[in-house]
Amino acid sequence: MDEDASRARAWCRAARAEGIWVAELGGRWILANVVELEHDVAALAPDAGAAVRIDLGGVEALDTAGAWLIYRLARRLANVPHKVEISGATDAQTALLERMAPKEGRRPLMRPYNPLRDMLERVGEVTINVLSRARDLVSFFGLTAIVFVRAALRPRRLRFVSLLSHLERVGLNALPIVGLLSFLIGVVLAYQGADQLRQFGAEIYTVNLLGVSVLREIGILMTAILVAGRSGSAFTAEIGMMKVNEEVAAMQTIGVDPMEVLVLPRVLATVIALPLLCFYANMMALLGGAIMSYFALGIGVEQFLVRLKDAITVSTLWVGMVKAPFFAFLIGMVGCYEGLKVEGSAESVGRLTTKAVVEAIFLVIVADAGFSILFSYLGI
Amino acid sequence: MADAGPRSPIIRLKGIVTRFGSNVIHDGLDLDIRRGEILAVVGGSGTGKSVLLRTIIGLRQPDGGTIEILGQDTARLDDRGRAALRRRWGVLFQGGALFSSLTVAQNIRVPFKEHTKLPAKLAGDLIRIKIQIVGLPAEAGAKFPSELSGGMVKRAGLARALALDPEILFLDEPTAGLDPIAASAFDQLIRDLQRSLGLTVVMITHDLDTLAAIADRIAVLVDRRVKVGTMDELLADPHPWIHDYFAGPRGRAAARAHDVEAR
Repeated sequence: MDEDASRARAWCRAARAEGIWVAELGGRWILANVVELEHDVAALAPDAGAAVRIDLGGVEALDTAGAWLIYRLARRLANVPHKVEISGATDAQTALLERMAPKEGRRPLMRPYNPLRDMLERVGEVTINVLSRARDLVSFFGLTAIVFVRAALRPRRLRFVSLLSHLERVGLNALPIVGLLSFLIGVVLAYQGADQLRQFGAEIYTVNLLGVSVLREIGILMTAILVAGRSGSAFTAEIGMMKVNEEVAAMQTIGVDPMEVLVLPRVLATVIALPLLCFYANMMALLGGAIMSYFALGIGVEQFLVRLKDAITVSTLWVGMVKAPFFAFLIGMVGCYEGLKVEGSAESVGRLTTKAVVEAIFLVIVADAGFSILFSYLGI
Repeated sequence: MADAGPRSPIIRLKGIVTRFGSNVIHDGLDLDIRRGEILAVVGGSGTGKSVLLRTIIGLRQPDGGTIEILGQDTARLDDRGRAALRRRWGVLFQGGALFSSLTVAQNIRVPFKEHTKLPAKLAGDLIRIKIQIVGLPAEAGAKFPSELSGGMVKRAGLARALALDPEILFLDEPTAGLDPIAASAFDQLIRDLQRSLGLTVVMITHDLDTLAAIADRIAVLVDRRVKVGTMDELLADPHPWIHDYFAGPRGRAAARAHDVEAR
């Protein structure tokens, strides 16, 4: 609607009739006009002590915004004090005006806000949450371990179909991305290594650098981080949606253990798939490195392999590979744990999925540091 | 403005066609909605009640036919005209559709911020009024949707729909998920507001008690068209689905309960 035209059709003016001060209102008292009307209404000032009448006779349209202005005018005049009377209102307008009277005391629309105190409060809350989550995660670790043991004692309880499907998703489907990234990491490492080592005339040691760093650390770390991002998050989202749909509750009422049906196949699939993926990633990284060595350093495949045989032993490979099942257990467990923490709305699924990935990567790196210390004690 | 007096329908659907692939949902559907009435839309699942509502409020383009709202053909409006028209109706979605990151008061403030230049204090006063007229306690304004019960979420959604004092109110299953006491309180609230604010209400509902208690007319979606009538007219309708719906045990019970009340 044309705002100027409707504005022209709303007004209020003061008049006097038979010793009574009258506020004559007319036109369309609607939201589109209230900003201007508010000023006009505020300017209305009756003679001191006079009786006041508010005449709605000319009002063509009234909505809650207009009614609020009229109600406020009446309240202001009654407080001064005047004897206030409202006339000329239709039944519907009277009913609307009656709705304006506050039924309760005025409450703030915003929460009282104190940035410093609120921040302290949040820090405290987060601290307590982190500690209680750590405790929960440890107890979940125990639960998962028990389910594993039970499954080992009675393998028939294991859901093979589910396990296979998860193996496919965690392992097989991850092959392209894991392979490509590892290959590229190998290329980058070889190139950077060659560049630095050439300054000492020791570029042939690029092969040692590549072999040791990839097999011991980088292969497994890269794979674990990728799987945490790909599969750990998927576990949380899948189980989380099942929580939201109350599927998990339904399982429990039917007597099916969600730990056995949901958690065990996922964690076990990760534990099986990650070492395989890790070996594959190692090979792809070495391949990338070998190709780069050929082009950047002119080291042929045969020479590369001979060099590699001198640089590493079988134990170098095992030092990397032995970590895989442990990392896999952490990733699968954290993913499932966060999924089961989902409550209520779909919104928490997104939040916990992010959390699962961050936590899983964090735990993987902490565990990797732990393994480093352990291996240095053992002198490997 | 092209409103041709209070007698003409406030919403006029002519020959609406809705198609999903080869699946025809509405085929030449005509419907006139009168100013100031409460019209309930009912129909079996898959008959396109929600689709019809989404088509009327412009979330979906019809595959055929015209929609005239407040005298304006929606297909011929430009963006500005459409935005101006949109300010004249309010929609309450099924789950309330409150913005979860905002408090109730902030939710109601959104349309004010978007469409008006009200000073903050006046806007705050109007927000308080809306919270009150939908029957929420005053302290609900500072709460987040997650802290409210289902009934309160619907009331808060209604307050947001009413923020700009619309002429038409669209409700998608307003009483679904409420307990009978909360549902009939909500019915009463809609009836009261419709009278005192002079609203036209279009609601989708499955609640036979709501139909009996507050609907002036009922539009039944059958055979890809609508049949409109009062509860009594539809009770006498020979169409098998309509007969089963209104003359089934639940329909009869609702009609009977309402008759007793009315006496």
